[in-house]
Amino acid sequence: MARLLEFTLNGRDRADAVADNMLLLDYLREQLGLTGTKTGCDGGECGACTVLIDDQPTLSCLTLAATVQGKRVDTIESLGHDGQLSAVQRGFHEKLGSQCGYCTPGFIMASAGLLRKNPNPSDEEILEALGSNICRCTGYVKIIEAVKYAAALNAQGVSP
Amino acid sequence: MNKPVPAHNIGGYVPMIDGPEKVSGRAKYTADILQSGQLAGRIYRSPYSHGEIVAVDVSEALKLPGVKAIVTGADCDKGFGVLPIARTEYPLARDKVRYRGEPVAAVAAVDDATAREALRRIKFTVRELPAHYTAKDALAPGAVQLHEKKPGNIERDVLFELGSTEQGFAEADLVREGSYNCAEVCQNQMEMHAAVADYDVVRERMTVHASTQVPYYVHLMLSQILGMEMSRIRVIKPHVGGGFGCRTETLNVELIAALLARKAQGSVRIVTTREETFITHRGRPETDIKLKIGIRKDGRITAVECDCDQRGGAHSGYGVVTILYAGSMLYAIYDLHNVKYVGRRVLTNTPPCGAFRGHGTVDIRFAFESLVDQMAREMGLDPFAVRRVNLLTAPTFTDNDLMVNSYGLPECLDWVEKESGWKQRKGKMPKGKGLGMACSHYISGASKPVNWTGEPHATVKIKVDFDGSVVVLSGAADIGQGSSTILVQSVAEVLGLDIARVRIVTGDSEVVPKDNGSYSSRVTFMVGNAAIDAAQNLKSLLIAAAARKLEARPEDIECLGEVYRAGAQDKGATFDEVVAEALKDSGTITVTGNYSTIPESHGGKKYRGAAIGGTMGYSYSAQVVEVSVDEDTGVVTVDKVWVAHDCGKALNRLTVEGQVQGSVWMGMGQAMSEEAAYHDGLMLTANMLDYRVPTIQDSPPIEVGIVESMDPHGPFGAKEAGEGSLAAFLPALTNAIADAIGIRFNDLPVTPDRVFEAIEKRKRKSSGQ
Repeated sequence: MARLLEFTLNGRDRADAVADNMLLLDYLREQLGLTGTKTGCDGGECGACTVLIDDQPTLSCLTLAATVQGKRVDTIESLGHDGQLSAVQRGFHEKLGSQCGYCTPGFIMASAGLLRKNPNPSDEEILEALGSNICRCTGYVKIIEAVKYAAALNAQGVSP
Repeated sequence: MNKPVPAHNIGGYVPMIDGPEKVSGRAKYTADILQSGQLAGRIYRSPYSHGEIVAVDVSEALKLPGVKAIVTGADCDKGFGVLPIARTEYPLARDKVRYRGEPVAAVAAVDDATAREALRRIKFTVRELPAHYTAKDALAPGAVQLHEKKPGNIERDVLFELGSTEQGFAEADLVREGSYNCAEVCQNQMEMHAAVADYDVVRERMTVHASTQVPYYVHLMLSQILGMEMSRIRVIKPHVGGGFGCRTETLNVELIAALLARKAQGSVRIVTTREETFITHRGRPETDIKLKIGIRKDGRITAVECDCDQRGGAHSGYGVVTILYAGSMLYAIYDLHNVKYVGRRVLTNTPPCGAFRGHGTVDIRFAFESLVDQMAREMGLDPFAVRRVNLLTAPTFTDNDLMVNSYGLPECLDWVEKESGWKQRKGKMPKGKGLGMACSHYISGASKPVNWTGEPHATVKIKVDFDGSVVVLSGAADIGQGSSTILVQSVAEVLGLDIARVRIVTGDSEVVPKDNGSYSSRVTFMVGNAAIDAAQNLKSLLIAAAARKLEARPEDIECLGEVYRAGAQDKGATFDEVVAEALKDSGTITVTGNYSTIPESHGGKKYRGAAIGGTMGYSYSAQVVEVSVDEDTGVVTVDKVWVAHDCGKALNRLTVEGQVQGSVWMGMGQAMSEEAAYHDGLMLTANMLDYRVPTIQDSPPIEVGIVESMDPHGPFGAKEAGEGSLAAFLPALTNAIADAIGIRFNDLPVTPDRVFEAIEKRKRKSSGQ
């Protein structure tokens, strides 16, 4: 069965027919071609598919597309303004929070969710917010630096 | 007028040139390549560990509407494998299956759901054979042979003795032996294996996008498996989500995608599951080591005897090389003589292992540095002092003919000793806390390539055209380690240009020169040197053009990057003007740069396989690990790591730090939590929860010291930075735990269960129970 899904994706209202059993992740990637959101595991293990639903970091691989009815969904493609990178994107780029880049969209969305809620997080809060995202390249050291740098940029007015 | 100066691009903190794509979701990985009309591919895998194939019945599956093609072992009778001497694996099993999960058939269908349903309709019949899941079982008398040509299930045995261990042990004041077991581990890179194959029926051409570290090897194997001329094949490597060695050989996924695409006469995308990615494997084998070391009172090592069994899995892969590395790389870190090594690579009914980061060296280094630490403690010697009394003096050749030109290990030791406060804190830590140290090393590319063709080891092209942009063309596979950034920096440095003027194209066999690939930490050293050579050739050409334009002699032309001039008073010509002048001669400029290793680096002939371990430059690493052990729960927390890495010269301090931190952390996963476990050949840990990778909350601060020994042959003096620091973490951890609680762990991973059990055992023993 398919139903009409009406919601806001990356700031734009959409109405699409989606199957009841379609995952938000597959809808974004396969149906809309928004491949910035990544599949890294067989479900709920790695955090690579993290998107924001009403600003809350959520695993799109464990979310049915139909459940975002009337909600606001932001993916990695929504970040940055006027061609510039957002604060979190700059952090991950300039501080090498990203190596192979595959986990990066998930980490960035989880970090953006954190900073929208808490612009000045402590180390403890950063670790907690990113505790369900796996990175296999960095050892996380530079990811923590990236988020702190992003918070500092955010304080100077760069949106997260 | 401001004096023009050449831009400097080496030695600073340079963010990766492809970072903006990665942080914005624009970077395309293989699974992101979506095309209309693309079919979904799925693989049917053997539910049996060992058996003779009786039938693969796909008739019911073929009847399913939407199924476009099914391939089985009958579709391809050519073997593949990375080593020309061991091409015994088929893309889809023929005659026999040898591990649970081995591909048997594959389906291309209009969508994934249809492909999955088709898999359920395949009927697979085998005559089951006894299966051997451990090296010990497979080696036992009467064990069933996995491969016809491998009696005793030994893929390769290695034996050498250089010097006399008998004499060496006689000279020692203390001789100790230890047994060590390191669990099998997987790379578990974030991107699951994927391939997109397009067959052009009209032109009879095949294009394959593959998540690989070795596009050239994939090209070779596609040609062999498909029986197609290489000129009809194109291999594209998009962004790759990590590799760590599992993608340093052609995998069955890309071959199966191509077989399906040709049979379906179209485009097929296979994206494997995480479980399938684990089963495709090519990780580090379970390793059993028996080690015996003799040491004099002053700490000098007099003899080493090492016996090593690796559970290789059902096919060779890189196995022959892995078991050779484990022996040869006993050398080139300390001044050792009187060494005996016995290695056995064993075939078992488990997924094939391969070349995991630190290939062949890691488990041996764990055993060696553990036993040395234990003996130092017993003799009342400082572990730093024991390392220092056994140092090499470079330049030198080891007893097994490995060439060591630059050697920053002494400085690495100094740095971690000082930064960790070792002298002040060691032995004075509070209860349950401890410090441990260890060293490791790695090659900067194997000096002899796997496929010997007589060509240079690396070739880079640079193109300059009317627009004045400098475009580097390279086959080097950037898999996230930052090789493209290093090549751009290197070319910009030679030309004195800002890196913004230099672009790079990689990863498309139709455009870029061949490269052997990203493995054995070869790219910075070999491709970096080729890039420098190409840039120097370009610079000579531009200087000649500038001389003509400025009516001066070429030897009087000064290259300042954006300006070329004849003498300090000359206003000179801009880069764009010089390029325009150069183009008058030849039109579009393309220059070539090459690099080849020198014969002295090729290793020796003292035993069969002695070339393995030969390289142009070894990296060195020393580490101090600080731990807290909770004696009530057995939980070990790594509080901090200090690591010093001799990378010759840090071309990019940011990426060197990132590589070193990543290596140390990956060593931490192996040491503390990661293990591929099986039940009757079924991998129990084929997901990211049961295969426990450290999370951000488990991970310590890692402070990096960069040691620059300026290798005489390295590009600007550089050596590798991405592997050498992994191995030292493992023994540094167990040495720290021994320091904290007085219990030494010789089996990895050191899980809370194991620690708790060891503490309880000691309690029972001391209370006399």
